[in-house]
Amino acid sequence: MDRRVMFGGKLLPYTLLLPQFAIVVVFFYLPAGQAVWQSFLLQDAFGISTEFVWFENYRELFANPEYYRTMGTTAVFSVLVAFLSLACGLLLAVMADKQIKGAAIYKTMLIWPYAVAPAVAGVLWLFMFQPSLGMLAKVLRGWGVDWNPLLNGTHAMVLVVLAATWKQISYNFLFFLAGLAAIPKSVIEAAAIDGARPMRRFWTIIFPLLSPTAFFLLVVNIVYVFFDTFGIIDSVTGGGPAGNTVTMVFKVYYDGKLGSDLGGSAAQSVVLMVIVIALTAIQFRFVERKVQY
Amino acid sequence: MVERQTFASRFVPHFVLIIGVCIVAFPVYLALLASTYDAASVQTGNMTLLPGGQMLENYSRIIFSGTSSSTREPVGTMLLNSLVMALCVSLGKISISLISAYAIVFFRFPFRMTAFWLIFITLMLPVEVRIYPTYKIVADLKLLDTYAGLTIPLIASATATLLFRQFFMTVPGELVEASKIDGAGPFKFFKDTLLPLSVTTIAALFVIQFIYGWNQYLWPLLITTRDNMQTVVIGIKKMITTQDALTEWQLAMATAVLALLPPVVVVVVMQKLFVKGLVETEK
Repeated sequence: MDRRVMFGGKLLPYTLLLPQFAIVVVFFYLPAGQAVWQSFLLQDAFGISTEFVWFENYRELFANPEYYRTMGTTAVFSVLVAFLSLACGLLLAVMADKQIKGAAIYKTMLIWPYAVAPAVAGVLWLFMFQPSLGMLAKVLRGWGVDWNPLLNGTHAMVLVVLAATWKQISYNFLFFLAGLAAIPKSVIEAAAIDGARPMRRFWTIIFPLLSPTAFFLLVVNIVYVFFDTFGIIDSVTGGGPAGNTVTMVFKVYYDGKLGSDLGGSAAQSVVLMVIVIALTAIQFRFVERKVQY
Repeated sequence: MVERQTFASRFVPHFVLIIGVCIVAFPVYLALLASTYDAASVQTGNMTLLPGGQMLENYSRIIFSGTSSSTREPVGTMLLNSLVMALCVSLGKISISLISAYAIVFFRFPFRMTAFWLIFITLMLPVEVRIYPTYKIVADLKLLDTYAGLTIPLIASATATLLFRQFFMTVPGELVEASKIDGAGPFKFFKDTLLPLSVTTIAALFVIQFIYGWNQYLWPLLITTRDNMQTVVIGIKKMITTQDALTEWQLAMATAVLALLPPVVVVVVMQKLFVKGLVETEK
């Protein structure tokens, strides 16, 4: 980066950086710093006096069974969505990678859900499974399932998982397709000549060669479930029934919105920040390793 | 492939892909259907898999006058808000990242790497982990219910800066040298050499950021209190009330179709740029 020919100039580079810096400082560093600071403060019920309480908010947070429940919900939600959307994306990508007619059309028809807003995706799925008028809810009732995501926590979870998976398949499909295209055809042909059947070729050659893509996607999917599914949950269940679909991000929003527990909400934000930093670090370590290949 | 194609190997991929396409399309098809029926048929669940006859009525009503119960704002206004937001976020991000990446790659100045890292670290601070403090700052700046408050906090992005930085580093140093010999200064080099080279990267980024801006949910939910500042993604959520009797589902579904159409059209029409943008911003 340093050997190239460059421009000098004393003031110009700083002027060019100024707009981005102003925004980054005012809307990123300042609020993030405040979140950390706030997490050490305790406000009384009327918001008149605040007291510095060290780690009291964190101690309270980690002593609260409700928070562990939220963590559990987030974990279940992440694992289900990541697994389902990766599996579906991989299956479709493997099929679309074959030399078949109309592969380009299939590709177009499979990638557009990426562009649908999470909240809108949630509303679409809610409409299908709405207990009193949803078309698929009726089908389920016909099969004798007492389907009601508005009252039953497990049903609500199933519904948000389906909506979140639906939206994420296109992303995974696209990256798996790119990963498959990068596998040299000669390797697969060699295996075919040696008499390996398609299933065996997939598990012994294609799948291991795709594993860097799969690992990268796993991290991206977890970040997606943590942060981008807020809209789905808010529009489908609003965290209910009885808090069964409250994820960690939803809880930060909800606890702070009531205004009662700013310190607790800030402490949760800091916990989330630590999680993002860890995930980003994993992602970048992995990218570095891929470069060395 | 060296193997002989069997009947199964030829038809299984089509079979799986067609089922996949149908499952993916079904929720939107159903929304499209519901938006062509009258309230009673949708409310009682008496829809068939063929369109009804109320399409024009539903859409014109929702665009020009809105729902009668929940939010009375016409969806036309919301669509306009969403468009302004998507354009400001995408164009804003592109312009400020373009010039900051230019400074970092093509200039030698003290604290250059510090500047780079300060931008880079913001990757780790998504809106969700700093919502209330950011909300308070925007409120203190008197930017609630304004387009500025809606968009400016979202336009600083490490991804866009990193993408441009990566692209600029592939621009050969000889080009800079040649411009210098021709007597071109930094402005002329940027305008006449670098910008024309960056057109595809800019376009790819625009597609991704347009979708990102259009689909924002949490931020506009906090920042907008007046109905006429709502974006369409917020508007549709407010149409779904918890008491089902009040939800006008046929209108809500028409709004859903209108809310998803612009970004989906962008992806389908500019598919190549979309794929390029998606793959490159994730590196």
